[in-house]
Amino acid sequence: MQRFSGLSLIRRGLNGQRGWQPQWRRAEPKPDYDAIIVGGGGHGLGAAFYLAKEHGITRVAVLEKGWIGGGNTGRNTTIIRSNYLFDESAALYDHSVQLWESLSQVLNYNVMFSQRGVMMLAHTVHDVQVSQRHVHANRANGVDNEWLTSEEARAHCPLLKVDDIRYPVLGAAFQRRGGTARHDAVAWAFARAADALGVDIIENCEVLGIRRDAGGAVSGVDTTRGTIRAPRIGVSAAGHSSVIMRMAGVDLPIESYPLQALVSEPVKPIFPCVVMSNTIHAYISQSDKGEMVIGAGTDAYTSYTQRGGLHISRHALEAICELFPMFRRLRMLRSWGGIVDVTPDRSPIIAKTPVPGLYVNCGWGTGGFKATPGAAHLLAWTIAHDAPHPINAPFTIERFRDGNLIDEAAAAAVAH
Amino acid sequence: MLLINCPYCGERPELEFVHGGQAHIARPGSPAECSDQQWADYLYRRDNIKGVHAERWRHTHGCGRFFNALRDTTSDQFLATYKIGEQPPVPAQAQPRKATA
Amino acid sequence: MSPTLRTPSGGRINRARTVRFTFDGRELRGFEGDTLASALLANGVHLVGRSFKYHRPRGVLTAGPEEPNALVAIRRDAVRVTPNLRATEVELYEGLTAHSQNRWPSLKLDVGAVNGLLSPFIPAGFYYKTFMWPRRAWKRLYEPRIRAAAGLGRAPEHPDPDSYSNRFAHCDVLVVGGGPAGLAAAHAAAESGARVILCDEQPQLGGSLLCEQDPGAALEDGAWLARTIAGLMAHPRVTVLTRTTAFGYFPHNLLGLEQRLTDHLAQPDPAQPRERQWQVRAREVVLATGAIERPLVFPGNDRPGIMLAGAARSYLNRYGVLAGRRAVLVTVSDEAYRCALDLHRAGTPVAAIIDVRPQVAGELPEAARRAGLPVHTGTTVVGTAGRLRVKSIRIRKLDAHGEPRGAVERIACDLVLMSGGHTPSAHLFSQSRGKLHWNEALQAFLPGESPERARCAGACRGIFSAAAARRDGENAGTLAARDAGLVVGAVIGEPALGPAHGAAASGELPQPAGRPVSKAFVDWQNDVTSRDLLLAAREGFRSIEHIKRYTTTGMATDQGKTSNLNALAIVARQIGKPIPEVGLTTFRMPYTPVTFGGFAGYSRGELFDPVRTTPIHDWAAGKGAVFEDVGLWKRARYFPRPGESMHAAVTRECQAVRAHCGLFDGSTLGKIEVVGKDAVTFMNRLYINGWTSLAVGRCRYGILLRDDGFIYDDGVVARIAEDRFHVTTTTGGAARVLAMMEDYLQTEWPDLSVWLTSTTEQWAVIAVQGPSARQVLEGLVQDVDLSAAALPHMSVAPGRICGVPMRLFRVSFTGELGFEINVPADFGQAVWEAVYEAGRPHGITPYGTEAMHVLRAEKGYIIVGQDTDGTVTPDDAGLAWAVGARKPDFVGKRALERPAMHSPQRKQLVGLLTAEPHVVLEEGAQVVLDARAAPPTRPIGHVTSSYYSATLGRSIALALVRGGRARMGQTLYVPTPRGNLAVQVTSPIFYDPKGSRQNA
Repeated sequence: MQRFSGLSLIRRGLNGQRGWQPQWRRAEPKPDYDAIIVGGGGHGLGAAFYLAKEHGITRVAVLEKGWIGGGNTGRNTTIIRSNYLFDESAALYDHSVQLWESLSQVLNYNVMFSQRGVMMLAHTVHDVQVSQRHVHANRANGVDNEWLTSEEARAHCPLLKVDDIRYPVLGAAFQRRGGTARHDAVAWAFARAADALGVDIIENCEVLGIRRDAGGAVSGVDTTRGTIRAPRIGVSAAGHSSVIMRMAGVDLPIESYPLQALVSEPVKPIFPCVVMSNTIHAYISQSDKGEMVIGAGTDAYTSYTQRGGLHISRHALEAICELFPMFRRLRMLRSWGGIVDVTPDRSPIIAKTPVPGLYVNCGWGTGGFKATPGAAHLLAWTIAHDAPHPINAPFTIERFRDGNLIDEAAAAAVAH
Repeated sequence: MLLINCPYCGERPELEFVHGGQAHIARPGSPAECSDQQWADYLYRRDNIKGVHAERWRHTHGCGRFFNALRDTTSDQFLATYKIGEQPPVPAQAQPRKATA
Repeated sequence: MSPTLRTPSGGRINRARTVRFTFDGRELRGFEGDTLASALLANGVHLVGRSFKYHRPRGVLTAGPEEPNALVAIRRDAVRVTPNLRATEVELYEGLTAHSQNRWPSLKLDVGAVNGLLSPFIPAGFYYKTFMWPRRAWKRLYEPRIRAAAGLGRAPEHPDPDSYSNRFAHCDVLVVGGGPAGLAAAHAAAESGARVILCDEQPQLGGSLLCEQDPGAALEDGAWLARTIAGLMAHPRVTVLTRTTAFGYFPHNLLGLEQRLTDHLAQPDPAQPRERQWQVRAREVVLATGAIERPLVFPGNDRPGIMLAGAARSYLNRYGVLAGRRAVLVTVSDEAYRCALDLHRAGTPVAAIIDVRPQVAGELPEAARRAGLPVHTGTTVVGTAGRLRVKSIRIRKLDAHGEPRGAVERIACDLVLMSGGHTPSAHLFSQSRGKLHWNEALQAFLPGESPERARCAGACRGIFSAAAARRDGENAGTLAARDAGLVVGAVIGEPALGPAHGAAASGELPQPAGRPVSKAFVDWQNDVTSRDLLLAAREGFRSIEHIKRYTTTGMATDQGKTSNLNALAIVARQIGKPIPEVGLTTFRMPYTPVTFGGFAGYSRGELFDPVRTTPIHDWAAGKGAVFEDVGLWKRARYFPRPGESMHAAVTRECQAVRAHCGLFDGSTLGKIEVVGKDAVTFMNRLYINGWTSLAVGRCRYGILLRDDGFIYDDGVVARIAEDRFHVTTTTGGAARVLAMMEDYLQTEWPDLSVWLTSTTEQWAVIAVQGPSARQVLEGLVQDVDLSAAALPHMSVAPGRICGVPMRLFRVSFTGELGFEINVPADFGQAVWEAVYEAGRPHGITPYGTEAMHVLRAEKGYIIVGQDTDGTVTPDDAGLAWAVGARKPDFVGKRALERPAMHSPQRKQLVGLLTAEPHVVLEEGAQVVLDARAAPPTRPIGHVTSSYYSATLGRSIALALVRGGRARMGQTLYVPTPRGNLAVQVTSPIFYDPKGSRQNA
């Protein structure tokens, strides 16, 4: 792998930046591999990298229907945090944050992880109770999270309007280790590092079927570029998890919804952190390019169109303008949509499946980006050991049958 | 915002409706006789079809009635709506139109 | 103003009205009808901005919304500052104040331009390769610098005082674009009887015709334009929206339009909204969105004074502005010759027409030759010169293979006009999910099939001549009316097109082999050069989406309107693939940037979400109540006396209820009337409780689960008659409980004869609680015997109070003798006031939700959503007694039999008493087993409710603790920043466990 550094930029700059090699090879599919990862997003590419790096399994192919990082990896608002309520979730997401913290160095690719802090606003007495429960639970788990009064929140983010709005801000939970990263770079960085370890990254290769042997175990996949054999298949195809898994006869408790996001025109730095409000449904941060990055909600109906309704983005901007009335004069530059796979308890599945040799990483809902290295690392572990890592052991498919849900959504439910 | 044809009221904007999830999932008649897996399937398993699927809508801010719809989840175009208890009609595929025709 | 840069006459400006404005503090003048760009050019100002990365001096490139360079901040006053506006779209008004952006200290001398010298070392994506060591420097040093360098204008820092409006509209035919095709379409549709909305982003209708010296000649019909516009403006079925951009095409023919109402006015009426966002649902849509001229990619193509040929023609014919004194044209198509001829006629010397094509014939080139303009065919551009304004251009002859072989020739000029042909504006069509098809001759993607009821007309589908576009529009408008269901007359059909109705090229102009001497820009604003694209291709990026993301081409505020096709062609050539295989990036809303305020519309403050208030709200507000938001409701939280703290007020309110009598507004409680001969069956199937045995006139505490077995809602349910239940729900749960009931009733049990009616807003609920409650009510209530024997705890009776019909509930959420008076909402405040007056001798005290919470917690009553969280079963909450034991089924029953529901390690509701009685635990605090437990640890539970109980003289808490009921008497610990506090596990009922007070 060609090493990236300031020095290498200068040296090659003297020669017109010639001599850079492709960041990953344009691999042709081989007839067989030790493992196949379906889905060339950050999660899938990362899983291939960790399989090669940590488990010595280098005969790995990543099959991507389109271009790598073109699914939800490239369609999110890049927020990273681990302040989840339940012990199982906090452990999972914090595992990921810990990997994020050294990811640029490990992959020799600047993914611009910016630990600018994530502030989650509380607008009602009930919100305060829920937020403080998060803070207490996180601190017990060893995950940083602190409670800010509304004055402290505004001191940290001076543009935030806390009074004289429909739902005044009563305080906020603040995770300083949270932040954002450059989403595309994560996919490219994992691709480059995995490629250097021998992983074949095969784009424009759509999986059409999953083959199983007489014993029921997986034996390979049929693709638009032919049949490829492998005894182990990891599916990490957010947005199409149901479609792919059904090829192996596995039904998932998942529905796919459109999720939208948008950015403003770029402006000079003005916004110091990530601000989220679950109550009025808005989240916002400023990218390193200067754009205000704003997340909207999901549409009410399932869809694979990668687009959502105007009323959804309108609502997101209503909420942003309520909290940040100076942003009314900013302008929306670009919007986009992704497909999020949502489980009934809003927690992911990283698990073995009823089909031997088939593993799945799915159901991240709106929160998959932050989990990229963690999910990748755990999926690789699960494939390599044919058993889950203790961190992802609770995140099974069977939990829905047995009632061991990890219900982050319900726990935040508004009532009374 | 979709335009939805309520079988009782006619075409109305999506804002008047609440989506009710996949259609034709009946609650088992004798829950006590279901296995845990069967009950979990009833609660959670969804076809999540990429293509034409049947779904429920409720005209909450209108007549209040539930009804079913066939919608193509790859285009969000409705093929039909029909009343609760009715069988889904055989979908006639919507034909894309030439931009210039 | 330099008079020589204006033509003596002509154009669509009002020369009688001079308009003064400033640019970077310099006072300048223009005319009414100018844009900021045309007025600046009329003053000889070409340098208007600096580019994003290299801070290169930049001039006006275009005359429209595709402008990448001329971005300015417009400052109306201290709080009305708008960054990143395109000078080509800003209409001039008296006193307009504009500032350039992204430069320091000044536009002419910008320190950031040093980046240009560093450019060999900071190619596309350089930041991915560096700034990684040492790791700590990223946060402190590198990242802040990268961010400081990014961004263009400055975000406004003050709340925007302007207002924004929104409107829904419906029509038969929506026509987007008011050029020849759009005008003809709107006219034809309206004449066919259709209700038509026609929108155009310009202040005037006419589209490309506005740039013609003689629109009549272009149309081959002298009077058509004026006649058609006048006809549309007067037409009763036509709504014409100018200054209105159709920015988005959403499913089912919904289009978003943004109408700019005041930005062009010198003194806008403060009461008028600044913008209005339209959401138009159209039966049929005609897209007549025109085309955008494509720039050419050659070294040094970005200096001020280099612009699109069509733009220069627009400045000349529409604004009467000469963009320069000595022009050179660079072209690959005949269109640019029109510009050369117009300039020539206007007296601007045309030094050369550089045409890359080896042979050029045709009407326009011949006319140019006849006019004596020097035409250089088979020639390319290899460079330009000039720091803040182009001074000269260098050209070279191409050989038979298209290679630059000739000697370099330098031509002095101060204006370089380029034309790479036109790119049809298929943005909205693509947003509709319409398919685009590559057209090799036009080097462009043209609209194909759409899943929506849309059709395209005119230049946006490659029909460039005005006369043909008009005919195409008329055809499209007639067909749209027909498809909207109207009876139309004869359909004229599509216009016949000549074999060469357009020509275009894409990619970089031929350059000599070897390293180029200067940058050839593809994306002006983001400073993406052809070299950056080649680097990306070398580094293995092949998909155009990857190229775009790696180099940032097409991601600037113009979203690639001028750059996308050139980028695509350069990459395609480099990797040896046809352009369609490299792909086209998807078009997404908005077409051009749209103000956030337009999306937010009226939504702000109280209009952000409706405020629900109870009939007693005004009384409570008059008493100084502090309110809290619960869902949409405002609920009185406590009633402080002057100077009283919340703690003191709540203590006083609680003590009053326990000692005398309290008055509480329970009107926000959800209320559902369940009626019908099968009402009891319905309730049996839905709620966990048994209802068959509930006698008329009695109440029961009902619990509702979801079918997953977890508590969804709770509330008192009264049987009013054999076939009638009065169901109450939590305040937040009212709507979703009714929705759930309707769901089961309509879709699972349609055989049941039951009607459901929300009565939340119909009943005001006045709770009178405390030992004196009966005495307070005795004098007011008619037709009801209030004695404990006649109206015991958990019963209900119809009657009258103060002459008003009521349902009187004998219920208690405080543990005291209690009544809840339900009266029609309109009488709520009057009855409340009567009760209050009657209670004053008994010390009646209004109390709020905070005291209510304390009182119920003392009794161990749960609040759904606070003591439960969607993961709690009835047994977890200590409510297993409520389950109707003999019922074969109810919603949630089966799920309760799953293995995890029986685990002894489930969290169960218990009471906690702190060892220190005056220490109040924080709600949400965690519970651990070990006195020395330190993070990271796995807690065994958490505190759900915690208060100081004045009645008990100590703190109390409810908690969900793993295996909690088996831990009674155990000491557990609650970590706090001051150490782990010891707590004792107790029953959750702290006060009057026998319930003798409420049964009094």
